Amino acid sequence: MTKYRINKTRFVDQTKTVSFTFDGKKYHGFEGDTLASALLSNGIHLIGRSFKYHRPRGIMSCGSEEPNAICQINNNTDLTEPNVRATEIELYEGLKASSQNCWPSLNFDIGGINNLISPFIPAGFYYKTFMWPKSFWKKIYEPLIRLSAGLGKSPTQPDPDIYDHKHEHCDVLVIGGGISGIISAKIAAKNNLKTILIEDKNILGGSTIYQNNKNFIIDNQKSNEWLMNEISELEKLDNLIIKTRTSLAAFHSYNYLLAKENISDHLPLDKKNGSIRQRLWKIRADKVIVAAGAIERPLIFNNNDRPGIILANSVKKYLDFYGVSTGLNNIIFTNNDSAYETAVSLFEKGISVKIVDIRKKSSSNIVKNAEDLGIKIYWNSTVVNTFGYKKIKSIEIMNLSEDGSNVTGNKHKIQCDCLSISGGWTPMVHMHTQSGGKLDFREIDQVFVPTEKSENHINVGSCNGDFELEEIVKNTNYKVKKFLNINEGGFDKISVLCSKESEKKNIWLLPNTISESKTKSFIDFQNDSTAKDIKLALREGFKSIEHVKRYTTTGMATDQGKLSNMHALGIIADTAGVKMGTLGTTTFRPPFTPLTFGAIVGRSVGKFFDIVRKTSIHEWHVQNNAKFENVGQWKRPWYYPINNENLHEAVQRESKAARDSAGILDASTLGKIDIQGSDASEFLNRVYTNAWSKLGIGKCRYGLMLNEDGMVYDDGVTTRLGENHYLMTTTTGGAANVLSKLEDYLQTEWPELDVFLTSVTDHYSTASICGPNSKKILNKLFPNKDFSDEAFPHMSYQDAIIDKIECRIMRISFTGELSYEINVESKYGKSLWENCIAAGEEYKITPYGTETMHLLRAEKGFIIVGQDTDGTMTPIDLQMDWIVSKKKYDFIGKRSLYRSDTMREDRKQLVGLLTDDPNEILEEGAQIVSELDKKPVEMIGHVTSSYFSPNLNKSIALAVVKGGKKMNGQKLFVPMENKNINVTVSDFIFFDKENKRINA
Amino acid sequence: MFVINCPYCGERDQSEFSCGGEAHIVRPKQPTELSDDEWAEYLFMRKNIKGVQFERWNHAHGCRKWFNMVRDTSNDKIHAVYKMGEKPPVI
Repeated sequence: MTKYRINKTRFVDQTKTVSFTFDGKKYHGFEGDTLASALLSNGIHLIGRSFKYHRPRGIMSCGSEEPNAICQINNNTDLTEPNVRATEIELYEGLKASSQNCWPSLNFDIGGINNLISPFIPAGFYYKTFMWPKSFWKKIYEPLIRLSAGLGKSPTQPDPDIYDHKHEHCDVLVIGGGISGIISAKIAAKNNLKTILIEDKNILGGSTIYQNNKNFIIDNQKSNEWLMNEISELEKLDNLIIKTRTSLAAFHSYNYLLAKENISDHLPLDKKNGSIRQRLWKIRADKVIVAAGAIERPLIFNNNDRPGIILANSVKKYLDFYGVSTGLNNIIFTNNDSAYETAVSLFEKGISVKIVDIRKKSSSNIVKNAEDLGIKIYWNSTVVNTFGYKKIKSIEIMNLSEDGSNVTGNKHKIQCDCLSISGGWTPMVHMHTQSGGKLDFREIDQVFVPTEKSENHINVGSCNGDFELEEIVKNTNYKVKKFLNINEGGFDKISVLCSKESEKKNIWLLPNTISESKTKSFIDFQNDSTAKDIKLALREGFKSIEHVKRYTTTGMATDQGKLSNMHALGIIADTAGVKMGTLGTTTFRPPFTPLTFGAIVGRSVGKFFDIVRKTSIHEWHVQNNAKFENVGQWKRPWYYPINNENLHEAVQRESKAARDSAGILDASTLGKIDIQGSDASEFLNRVYTNAWSKLGIGKCRYGLMLNEDGMVYDDGVTTRLGENHYLMTTTTGGAANVLSKLEDYLQTEWPELDVFLTSVTDHYSTASICGPNSKKILNKLFPNKDFSDEAFPHMSYQDAIIDKIECRIMRISFTGELSYEINVESKYGKSLWENCIAAGEEYKITPYGTETMHLLRAEKGFIIVGQDTDGTMTPIDLQMDWIVSKKKYDFIGKRSLYRSDTMREDRKQLVGLLTDDPNEILEEGAQIVSELDKKPVEMIGHVTSSYFSPNLNKSIALAVVKGGKKMNGQKLFVPMENKNINVTVSDFIFFDKENKRINA
Repeated sequence: MFVINCPYCGERDQSEFSCGGEAHIVRPKQPTELSDDEWAEYLFMRKNIKGVQFERWNHAHGCRKWFNMVRDTSNDKIHAVYKMGEKPPVI
């Protein structure tokens, strides 16, 4: 045993040694230790340097509120984790920890100079100083500040760990496994309610599990022993799930809660392998009982941040739970009774202890107990200074004046190696407020307590402001039974004896002899904000608590101000002369403790990040060297390079082949909606801009769909399969939204229409064959079919059979070439495709991808919704007046086409652009101007599509330009970074304007 | 994350639904008869109430039915859920 491991407890197995390193040096602890308790058992208090002043800092607490003792865990590039609280990490064999925010080393840190110049770096220093000159910020100030500041280091490699999500439903969720949580869970589970109890530590019991003081007796047993028995009974209950190492992250409305379970963080490295690291539980609970407990407050006095200054109850936990003494010559500085339990524990273990109490007296049992033991108590006294650089060595105390606002008498110096401080307790109301609950301020002990109004959750125990053991047990029993409508049983007959606190006194900022500007009374230990900073903020005119918080950064560190927020509020209230209750609190936002990104994303990483949709022909594309592009969730062949062709070369070849002989495109991803019902024609009349009633059966028609605001929303060809049966196609990316929009109108505006919509996108595969030889290929594929223009004209559809497979053939064209689309059930897609390739071989049929498709249609001036339009283009802007019916009384968006704004002639309109140099290819998105010299240069439009056309042997582009309709032939400019490109407005149909090829 | 009682399916998680904005705005039967201002009123003007609001919701990842819902936007309390075409309840 080390010098500081002075006690044997049932929580730490001192037969099982665990070795670990801290800053490269090897130490030993035991199974059951945290990193913090193991370091303390080796006499190590100095853990890191503070954020701003680089002051030496040590372990201050034993839980998630720890502001100082944050470490870097592991040093490899993928598993390293910054900002881990040493008080929370369980010790395992081989754990490597190191200190943060110090250079070159923890013991000699050059940043410590900030502490000496600290009078010159008050709150807002960075905001005030680095404002000027402005250009210095990006290149000089920011990199320098980033170099010298910062917490730990992020991993630089992808996280190799596995994370998981789990959904859970229960009748009752109990948050917190302390005494009130255990009582609540037992009552709930014993009454046939499916109950989950979560606790962030590795064992249940909270602070009562190590409460061995004789003044706290439940049913004639010491409270820790009584609780131990309750826990073993609890573990036998069938309908109770107990989740330890699980911390609540968020409490959302409708009792939806997120909790993070640590599954393998506490295991040695060789046992972590392959195991899930953390699991995020998504819990929907009928009722929630919050038993989150309370956090001990520090006291705010000069130099209250030295290593060796520790919260009093944490000192007790290190002693009675871990068996570790935080010092051998202890002083306790308190404003309340609870710290006396620590004093008695220390005394009973033979450790020297003295007490400094700001109160004039206290007559409770526990204080009497301490007095009877002969422990020296300095009443009505306060600490005014502390000494010792890397570890506390002594303190100075003085008497308090009558009203506590000042100090009197002489300074008295006392030697020590540990100062245990206690400023009372703060109920953990985070969960309550996250769920929407409100708070009341209780003057007597200066705490915010939950206002109980919700029907779906209650707060019990010390998080509800019940601090005495008897109150906790009896109120919890009463409240839980009432909440769950339980009449019988529970803990009605329990007897509780405890010491009760009668004397209460609180001073947020303890007085001193020296002026405030010369003291360092830390409030937020991690962000180094002091009482002085808060007062400065108030003097500078910040009034709102939210503003003071952001200006001084109080409560904005990784601990989110668990120890600091109340003191900041108290000092603001005192200084401004207002009541704390009227000041309110800052907002408590989730998560309660930091969550790893891994836990948030769970399994949704890598190939599970998003759904990937592949056509049934996908495998063929892969085998034939296709490069893919993502269109929505679809993988579409982009181009098919041969012999190391680049994109441009492949597209030039594919485009030429499609016009000279034959090309084939996988068009399966186009959205397909099957429309049936006696009102199907009327429905189409209302959703498309053109007329549908007279479309013959077996005919196809192109349609343009608008939003109600008149802007183009989607387009596609719809085929009339029967009297009351249509097949609509949509853009690939718009399919889901179009279906939703159509369903919306059918259900809400036109419920009288007899129309049924079914998405059949995934049901059919489509091979689109185009080019002058396409008819010959179709003849080979379907030898019994007549493909003459008379028998099978453009914009018509026929059924056919190939290898006993039923096909729908549409003669439609998006390329301007003679073109056929063959649709088969998806499962036959690949076989159809391979048949087409085989039949086309003698015509050198060339598979082409989306890029070639885009080029071919641009040659013909066909728009792509979403590329040439952006939600601000009407069909008139697109020069597509021909498709807008003047005769129809109404269709979606019609009225908007006659709004004064949509009728403006200077709207951006679709035009063609030709570069003066035919080899110059414009950049899509490039801005268009008409005058280069006029400043500011007016942007009159932009390029939407741009290609080099191999069939025209020149560069072509589509663009939208203000008033473009009337600009044919006009010279414009496209200014680029290094040059201005001269362009001429042209017709946007560049190729085969007479449509000879479609009917060839 | 609230729970919505779909009038066709029962209680489901909010993540299955999508909100379609303010309810009971009827598409004019004769848009061509309307002035620009009247049409703009239908097209653009929506209330954004802090408090009780009547909304359209769609069970997008479920039955895909549209329905109406009365929700207090200040605390997400749902006062009523009713089918399209049914009379709005008095809240």
